[in-house]
Amino acid sequence: MPRIFAYIVHRNGVVDDSAAELAAAATKIDAAAAPTALVVGSGAELDAVCAALPAGFAEVWKISNEALAYPNAELIRKALLKVVPANSLVLVAHEHFGIDLAPGLSIKLNAAFVSDVVGIEGVEGNSLKLVRQEFGGQVSAHVKCDASSGAVLTIRPGTFKSEESGISAAPVVDKSSEIGPLTAGRRYLQTIVPESGDVDITKHAVLVSVGRGIQEKDNIAIAEELAEALGAAVSCSRPVVDAKWLEKSRQVGSSGKTVKPKVYMACGISGSFQHLAGLKGNPFIIAINKNPKAPIFQVADIGIVDDILEFLPELTSKVREMQTVSAK
Amino acid sequence: MEILVCARRVPDTSENEIQLNRAGNDIERDELVYSINEPDNYAVEEALQIVSRVGGNVTVATVGSGDDEEILRREMAMGANHGILITDDAFAGSDGRGIAAILKALVQKGKYDLVLTGVQAEDGGAQVGGMLAAMLDYPFSSLVNSIEVLDRKLKISREIAGGEKEISEIDLPCVLSVQTGINEPRYVGMKGIRAVASLPVPNLGAADLGVDPATVGASGARVTRVDYFVPAAGKTAEMLTGSREENIEKVFELVAAKGGLK
Repeated sequence: MPRIFAYIVHRNGVVDDSAAELAAAATKIDAAAAPTALVVGSGAELDAVCAALPAGFAEVWKISNEALAYPNAELIRKALLKVVPANSLVLVAHEHFGIDLAPGLSIKLNAAFVSDVVGIEGVEGNSLKLVRQEFGGQVSAHVKCDASSGAVLTIRPGTFKSEESGISAAPVVDKSSEIGPLTAGRRYLQTIVPESGDVDITKHAVLVSVGRGIQEKDNIAIAEELAEALGAAVSCSRPVVDAKWLEKSRQVGSSGKTVKPKVYMACGISGSFQHLAGLKGNPFIIAINKNPKAPIFQVADIGIVDDILEFLPELTSKVREMQTVSAK
Repeated sequence: MEILVCARRVPDTSENEIQLNRAGNDIERDELVYSINEPDNYAVEEALQIVSRVGGNVTVATVGSGDDEEILRREMAMGANHGILITDDAFAGSDGRGIAAILKALVQKGKYDLVLTGVQAEDGGAQVGGMLAAMLDYPFSSLVNSIEVLDRKLKISREIAGGEKEISEIDLPCVLSVQTGINEPRYVGMKGIRAVASLPVPNLGAADLGVDPATVGASGARVTRVDYFVPAAGKTAEMLTGSREENIEKVFELVAAKGGLK
């Protein structure tokens, strides 16, 4: 079995949850040997990351370089190529950094590449049997990956759960001296934090959240009327923001806001994993969607197959009617 | 600026329920509605907007079969100057690396300053753009949500977590994968598509591109889809199957019970 590496995502000295998940995924490939953590960055912050790694790694390879203070995928790829041996398996979290790093890394390592892996079903010789999802999660696929020259896999966040707890006691090997000077054709300038927007969806107990099923901008009013009757706020999934029907500040998901409502009404939302990644705190999910196969029904508590453009106005009328009754 | 956009024709998930076929080895493709992969359409629109500011040409290419020509014509109706259909029996069964190798050969035959792809295909893995860039030794950025042209370089924004934008400059030539929402793609009507119906769309094969057939297609693929399946349901929703009136009653009660009424 080739050596397995896990690339550790960290920010401001804090280790991302994906680190433990990659260690768990690695044990699905090789139960006998724990993976090696690749920890890349610079300075004291990097030492803090090495000290805070979760258990589950056999060894930690630290690469410290001033040029790596900000995670630039091109620079990090060049650094990794100096140290990662041929034929290795490299696991990377499937998030915005991993999407930037992993495909090019696989080419430069002459390794196979499989992205957004949600299951590891087995290993036969040099062949990995993996599970992916396609078409927005409506169907899954078994994928065979010839890893005889190595493989780079991106692993969907939240799919593999670590059995271990506690902090890593693995030895830290400093690989920094093997890197040398690094330059890139893409240079980081700054990060822009979004404006907060008119409504803070993270502060609401009930969210009426709309997706592509709302169909056009004028129909947003249907959701707003229900939200007003319920004392809720209107949030949305990505297609609604892409179409400019609502502000980015209303978007729930990995590239939008993380919310923790008590009740989440998913209206015409298919339920992609990027959207669900923004839902925390185990809310009570009521999903309304015309498509009975919509993946949102896999995670919702209550599901209704119906047209939201008809269902929501009738629900609004019902809420108003009951409030009038209780006010008398 | 000479811009190449790599696009794909895919089943449109907003128009179709994707289901397994009887044999269970593929999705049911009869009667599927196909369209251009949505992020690729944003990439074409972005290319057209860049060219309208700084001049140049937009070429749209796809690796596929005769059926895929329709998306090239659609994008030409949007305003793309050229369409190229890359098609060869030897390309069937290519994995992401194979597609990237074919596109690399196309890029090297032309003189492109900028190569755009959509961020991801419906049945793909957000992989070809990054692979193509590495094969060409061009700089790369994924998840691009704004592009500003400077002198021999671009200022770009990437979408990262929490709605934050990572701003970078990137040297040309480069490869960018474009995120949805970067612009508002223009509408294409039947009239526009008819207007480009007689324009030539050249077909290029392995020999035209100088691609060794053994390195692409099924024979060169290291990653193969074995089958499709629907995973056994874990937790699933309790489906309300009553009349709409009953369902509304039930939803109202549940929202109230969960503390959701003001």
